[in-house]
Amino acid sequence: MSAFWAIVQRDLRINLGAQGAALTTILFFVLAISLFPLGVGPEPQLLARISAGVIWVAALLAAQLSLDRLFQADHEDGTLDLLARAPLPLTLTIAAKLLAHWLGTGLPLALIAPLLAIMLQMDSAALPALLLALLLGTPSLSLIGGIGAALTLGARRGAVLVPLLTLPLLIPVLIFGVGAVEAAATGLSASPHLLLLGAFLALALVLSPFAAAAAVKLALE
Amino acid sequence: MALSVEGLAVIRGERRLFKDLSFSLAAGEAMLLRGPNGSGKSSLLRLLAGFLAPAAGTIAWQGRPLAEAEDFRAAALYLGHQDAVKPQFTTEQNLAYAGCLLGLDNATAEIRAGEVLDAAGLGRQRRLPARYLSAGQKRRLALCRLLLMPAKLWLLDEPTNALDSAAIDWLGRALADHRAQGGAVLLASHVPVPLPDAQALLLPEGKLAKDEPAGDELT
Repeated sequence: MSAFWAIVQRDLRINLGAQGAALTTILFFVLAISLFPLGVGPEPQLLARISAGVIWVAALLAAQLSLDRLFQADHEDGTLDLLARAPLPLTLTIAAKLLAHWLGTGLPLALIAPLLAIMLQMDSAALPALLLALLLGTPSLSLIGGIGAALTLGARRGAVLVPLLTLPLLIPVLIFGVGAVEAAATGLSASPHLLLLGAFLALALVLSPFAAAAAVKLALE
Repeated sequence: MALSVEGLAVIRGERRLFKDLSFSLAAGEAMLLRGPNGSGKSSLLRLLAGFLAPAAGTIAWQGRPLAEAEDFRAAALYLGHQDAVKPQFTTEQNLAYAGCLLGLDNATAEIRAGEVLDAAGLGRQRRLPARYLSAGQKRRLALCRLLLMPAKLWLLDEPTNALDSAAIDWLGRALADHRAQGGAVLLASHVPVPLPDAQALLLPEGKLAKDEPAGDELT
């Protein structure tokens, strides 16, 4: 298992580094959301009404930004050969890389989202639901995105193809993520939505490393 | 025989690179792959490394077909064209990471990386971010990965790329040590490599020959 954590540690360091995915993702997320009050006007009711949708759409798009580099960088410099021939099964190697991607992008997004939600006048009763929904939803973004990143490995316009492949698969996450927040804001229970997000995550967790590993193997031929 | 190959054929894209390739390699033996660009030297090495599937033929490792030889993945080390060096990490971190991937724990990998770097003449660059290394130093760092752990088979694709003569001597010693410990080598190169008593396999014909003494090929 030490190989697994070595991969997580190293990828996390790359993600958090100067050219890493974390900074771009978080900056995009914050900037995109801050533009909405300027664009649609500062009325609290209007902002509160759209806040859940804005935050989730921004999170979905921000997560796409770094996905095309997820395996591409390692493919270009030959590291992927090394990873594929290591004693650790490729599925676990991919899982480690996806975990590092989430720790560097999805987790910080989820943690700063409540602050941005306050800026958008979101009902404070909905904030815990927002945080929980993002904590359950963002790992799915990395996992499903990983399949897209692996499939487009070696394609020249990977950056365009990845969102095209993954965004349709992520629509359930968007719907239930927004649903959880709106239910909490109107005083209903958010748990049905959160449970569905959890179910989606469980499915993605089981399937996506296998699918991505198969796609990476094809790319290495 | 450590490695035996029977009737191997490879198709890349629409093109058949070679067919009916048969050879065997015993422990301590070395084989040089020779042939013009595009004759399938790299493809043969990638095939043996498990990245490609053969179109026909069988590969056996210590008497068992490759698919059943679970120990083969760990027993064979592959070095491709690319150095797989991350520029933002130090020389030592790059090598220690490779050690961790091979299953060493963090502390052991670091100690082993330090020893190997000293032997390879990269001791002074140990704490230097790899982006400051020259092309030859990066290649040396990539070769260092082979020395982290003993292996039974090395699959090397143009290992001498960008190496200076001192580094080629060092590679020659490393190859000799590896073979003295019973390791086999399969090496593709179109420049002379210090590998005495090696057989040569000419691609794409698949003919076996005695390798010419190093130096004659350049003339």
